[in-house]
Amino acid sequence: MANDTTAAAGKGGFRAWLNKRLPVDEFMQSQLVGYYAPKNFNVWYFFGSLALLVFVMQIFTGIFLTMHFKPGELTAFDSVEYIMREVEWGWMIRYMHSTGASMFFIVVYLHMYRALLYGSYKAPRELLWLIGMCIYLALMAEAFFGYVLPWGNMSYWGAQVIVNLFGTIPAIGPGLVEWIRGDYGIADATLGRFFALHVIALPFALALLIVLHLVALRQNGSNNPEGIEIKAKLGPDGKPLDGIPFHPYYTLKDLVGVGLFLIAFAIVVFFVPTFGGLFLERPNFEPANALSTPTHIAPVWYFTPFYAILRAVPDQQLGALLMGLSVVVFLFLPWLDRSPVKAIRYRGWIWKLALAVFTVSFLALMVLGLLPAEGTYVTLARIFSVGYFGFFVLMPIYTRIDPVKPVPERISNHA
Amino acid sequence: MRKLAILVTALAFAPAAFAAGGGGTASWQQWHAGNELGDRASLQRGARNFINYCAGCHSLKYVRYQRIGTDLAISDEVLKENLLLPGAKITDYVLTSMPEALANEWFGIVPPDLSLITRSKGSDYVFQFLKTFYVDPNAATGTNNLALAGTAMPHVLSDLQGLQRAVFDEHGAFVGFEAAGAPGQLSPAAYDAFVRDTVNFLEYAGEPAKLHRATIGVWVVLFLLLFTALAWLLKQEYWKDVH
Repeated sequence: MANDTTAAAGKGGFRAWLNKRLPVDEFMQSQLVGYYAPKNFNVWYFFGSLALLVFVMQIFTGIFLTMHFKPGELTAFDSVEYIMREVEWGWMIRYMHSTGASMFFIVVYLHMYRALLYGSYKAPRELLWLIGMCIYLALMAEAFFGYVLPWGNMSYWGAQVIVNLFGTIPAIGPGLVEWIRGDYGIADATLGRFFALHVIALPFALALLIVLHLVALRQNGSNNPEGIEIKAKLGPDGKPLDGIPFHPYYTLKDLVGVGLFLIAFAIVVFFVPTFGGLFLERPNFEPANALSTPTHIAPVWYFTPFYAILRAVPDQQLGALLMGLSVVVFLFLPWLDRSPVKAIRYRGWIWKLALAVFTVSFLALMVLGLLPAEGTYVTLARIFSVGYFGFFVLMPIYTRIDPVKPVPERISNHA
Repeated sequence: MRKLAILVTALAFAPAAFAAGGGGTASWQQWHAGNELGDRASLQRGARNFINYCAGCHSLKYVRYQRIGTDLAISDEVLKENLLLPGAKITDYVLTSMPEALANEWFGIVPPDLSLITRSKGSDYVFQFLKTFYVDPNAATGTNNLALAGTAMPHVLSDLQGLQRAVFDEHGAFVGFEAAGAPGQLSPAAYDAFVRDTVNFLEYAGEPAKLHRATIGVWVVLFLLLFTALAWLLKQEYWKDVH
């Protein structure tokens, strides 16, 4: 009995000692237990925490890959095969990293689509959306640099195509391309700098942006499938009536999401790591060869919607410009959308139709970007490009005339 | 249960039956290798075939003899007596002894390393390639190939397969094969099996981890199913008081 008391006092003593020097309890209280989230999150709300999970997994698997990977045009390809064959569990770490890249985009696209469904980018969360878009842009760069590193033939030619796009910029283009490559072609110097950017610069940038994203999220709290601000209705204790503490409720719910996600992840890693040539492409099992162009060059699936737009335009310069626009146009969403309501369930048929057109266009362009640019495929890519841009360009008009439904004051259900 | 067993058996043999039946038909592009990585005897025969018929010109520069021995349950003695190329040690990579300069002189090209050939081109492609050599008087080697037109590789397996002539219709479309000269040492079915074993070994060489990654995967997924079920039960318990 006496011993128990001493032990408890000792433990409490350390905790008090620690909290006096580092506000651990205070931080947990303010960020998890005391942080209230709407009680009606559905499956669409899994993808934020899953994106964070994939980020951490990429960092960890990346650390182990970096131990054995040797950047250099004579060593890169061989060192990847060394990892696949001679490093203990190297094949699993590499497959986790390559699968993680594709999974990152899957969860981020679903996370962004959730924002479209429930108007999460609308006031007062415009900055949250903008920071998120910066994360997406940094992720695109990170994925591109990483894709070049194994120095397979598709890495090489993909880098050639993407870097040359900067050459279409008037006046400074050609010089800029040379500056990016550090050589007159994609070469050893290019690989070295892409490696540095991939393992140091962009992961740091991403980590910083993710912290900012979370801070901005906590400022106004999460939106929800009803698009109702829970902070507008507070109880006598000052807590939102329709909110529940993030911990333990959403930490546990997200844990179920993590389990489901990891099942899908493990199925890819252990049973279909190349995913039929979509996650790891066949030509990339041949080393980079400046004299042998792959029969048809296509980026990895997560870039193909934008690539399809590039190829749909007959003029290369205009094509590159529209491709760039197709990515950055998302930045303007909070100001293009003039609807008084957020969530799709209270919007009218015009918005639903527009979103359907956009969804079909995006997915169709994704498929078309993987196919050769010939005949009907080009025509289709042009039609869907119009659908893609139409969604954004016409948004200020149709969101104003859209017949919206009245939004209730309280959340009546929980998912 | 019995129906399921029949279905599984049928599915298991379907690719093999398809490949065997694919013999002389026009649709060589549809031939499937039908190889089975779980068939260790086939992998061992494939390793023997590779060393005897391919390693004179082609390397497996990422594969060590010892690793082959460990993975395919071949003892060091058997490995040394039957598989090691002249002068090679058991810890060496499988490297051809043909000098690149001579190869260039003889074929105008250095024969490619085959470590990753099934990963870059697919097992079916290698199977089709090894089965579609045909007599072509215009080719320097005397033979050409349907899967890789104008290949610099001579038909090194012609003793086994026998030479064949490709028949094309008036539009230049491939119709079928006919024997050209003496039949080979192997029957068509035995030659298919020979090629299938070789492709099987090359598929293993392309990704040695493939031999056991699915087995590990089953346990990982089972663990995650259990984990997710427990997490869900815990979540349900806590969420009881949310209305």
